[in-house]
Amino acid sequence: MGMTMSEKILARSSGQGEVKAGDIVWVKPDIAMMHDLLGPWLVDPGFRRLGGRLYDRDKVVVVSDHCTPPATVQQADILKFTRDWAREHELPYYYEFEGPCHQVIVEHGHVRPGRLILGTDSHTCMAGGMGAFATGIGSTEMIGVLLTGETWLKVPETIKVVWDGELRPGVFSKDMVLKTIKDIGHAGATYQAIEFSGSAIRSLSMDDRLVLSNMAVEAGAKTGLIESDEEVVRFLRSKGVTDEIELLSSDEDAVFAKTLYYNASELEPQIACPHEVDNVHPVQAVEGTPVDQVYLGSCTNGRLSDLRTAAQILKGRKISKHIRCLVVPASQYVWMQANKEGILDILAEAGCVVNMPSCGACGGFTSGVIGAGEVVMSSSNRNFRGRMGSAQGEVYLGSPAAVAATAIEGKIADPRKYMELEVH
Amino acid sequence: MSSIIRGRVWKYGDNINTDIISPGQYMSLPAEKQAEHAMEAIDPSFSEKVRPGDIIVAGKNFGSGSSRETAQMVLKHLKVGAVAASSFARIFFRNSINVGLPVVEIADTSLIHEGDEIEINLIEGTVWNHTRKEEYRGTKLPEHLVDMVKLGGLEPYLAKKLGISKSQEEVK
Repeated sequence: MGMTMSEKILARSSGQGEVKAGDIVWVKPDIAMMHDLLGPWLVDPGFRRLGGRLYDRDKVVVVSDHCTPPATVQQADILKFTRDWAREHELPYYYEFEGPCHQVIVEHGHVRPGRLILGTDSHTCMAGGMGAFATGIGSTEMIGVLLTGETWLKVPETIKVVWDGELRPGVFSKDMVLKTIKDIGHAGATYQAIEFSGSAIRSLSMDDRLVLSNMAVEAGAKTGLIESDEEVVRFLRSKGVTDEIELLSSDEDAVFAKTLYYNASELEPQIACPHEVDNVHPVQAVEGTPVDQVYLGSCTNGRLSDLRTAAQILKGRKISKHIRCLVVPASQYVWMQANKEGILDILAEAGCVVNMPSCGACGGFTSGVIGAGEVVMSSSNRNFRGRMGSAQGEVYLGSPAAVAATAIEGKIADPRKYMELEVH
Repeated sequence: MSSIIRGRVWKYGDNINTDIISPGQYMSLPAEKQAEHAMEAIDPSFSEKVRPGDIIVAGKNFGSGSSRETAQMVLKHLKVGAVAASSFARIFFRNSINVGLPVVEIADTSLIHEGDEIEINLIEGTVWNHTRKEEYRGTKLPEHLVDMVKLGGLEPYLAKKLGISKSQEEVK
C-alpha cells in the first residue's frame, strides 16, 4: 500500500520500510530547534540533572527571537542565558536578532524535503511547506531529544486539502488557509497532518506556500505538508544549498483520512475575527470595523512577497492618521532585500514604522503590544484573547494586502479595490 | 505520581487555549509571578481561589495553541491536581504527560459541575463523581505511556532509561 508524505518521512526516520497511520514509532529528528523563550533556560535544569551531554550538537539549532530586542530585564536575562548556553555547548548553529526561528531555519538551509524537524514552538509545522515533517514539542520533551537523539511519535492520519483553480487579484494564500481552517475547525485536524495539494498550491512561491503550512496548527494539526517540487529546489539553491535535494510526495495510492476540494478562483479575501482562528468570515462581513493598530509581519506573513504586496498597495498613499502601522520583516534577509528594493522607503513614506525582525507583538512579547479596548488588524497567525497584549483587546487576522488596505482606511478594508487601482 | 487523583472541580468551557492558561506577556517572569496570571483572561480570580489538589474540568480542545510548557508549569505551581477535558490539543496533552501533570479525556464533561468532588483513575481513564455518584468512562491511557505516567513524567523515565538514579529523587 502507498504511503503519505508523513508516513514516508517517519518510516525513514524510524528505520522501517513501511509505517502506517496509528503506528507508534521511535524516530531520530534531523533538526532539534529551540528558541529563547521555550529553549535553553527552561531545558537546562532537567538537561543537567540527566547528565547534560548533547547527543549530537550538529543537529541542534537555537534561535533567539521572542525576547529580541529585550523589552525588560527578564527578557535580557533569558537572552543572555540562551547565548551563553549556545557558547558553552559549542553549538554550530545559533542565531539571534535575525527574525522568527521558523523563517531563520528555512533561510539558512536547515529545512529540506524529507527531514524530521522538532522544535519548541507550535509553528514549527511551517517547515512542512518545504516537504519536511515538522512539529512542535514541549521543552521537557526537548530534553530527551537533546540527550538521546530520539523520541516517539504517533504516525498521523492525513487530511488532504486540494486547491485547484487560480487566485484572483487581491486574494492570497493567507485567504486559502483561513478558509481551510474555518471548514476544518479550530481542532478538526487534531492528531492529524494536513497535506495541501492541487494546481493553485503548485503555482505559489515558497514565500506564499509557507503561510499554509505555518497555520496548519491552527486547525489543531500536527503538521502541514506540501509536496516538494522544483520551487523548493529553486528556493534552496537561492540560499546557497548545493547538496542533492530529494523531492518528496505522497504515493498515488496513499490512504487519506479525508479529502477537501476547493476552487481558488471562487475565493474572496477572508478575515479571522476575535477570538478564534476558525471564526473566519469574508471581508465584506467585517468591512468598516475601526482599528487602532495594523501589524504587518510574523513568521506567517512577514516575508518579502508580503512586504512587496503591501508596498504595491501603499505606494503613493498615506495610512490613516488615526492608527499606527507596524511593519516587522520576517528576517534580517527580508529586511535587507526589502530595503534594496525600496520597499521600506515606500512603507515609511506611507506612514508605517519599520521594526526589526522579531516575534515582537505577535505573541504579546515586545514592540507593539496592545492595551485594553484596542483593536488590531494583523497578518500573523493567532487571535486568541490576550494574544497580542491586553485580554480586553481584539485581534483580526488577514492577508498582508488586507492589512495594507486597512492601514489606509483605519478600518478593516477589502484589498481588492486597491489591487485593481494599482499604480504603475 | 499517583495514578488516582481526587479533588474539587473548577469548570470551564471549550477552547481554553495556552494564551489563556499562560499569557505570553508574562512568560519571561518567574513561575510564581506567571502563575498569578493563569486563566486571568476568562477568570481573573483563578490563581487566588484555586487550592492544592483542585481539578480543572473543561470542554473540547483544552490547551490549544502554543507548545509553551509554561502552561503546565503555572498549573503545577498552583498545585492543580489534574485536568479533565472532552478533548485536548495534541501538544498540550503530550507536554502534560511529559511533565507529570495528570490529564484525562472523557467524552462528555457536561455532567460534571463546578464544586463537584471527583476522583480520576489516570491509567484506566475513568472518573468517579463523589458528589453525584456517577462514573464516566474516558479514553484509556495509551499503553506505551503508562510507564511514563507511573514514574511521574519524561524526566524520571529518561533517568531510568539512561541509568541515572540520582535525578529521580530530585525530580519530585
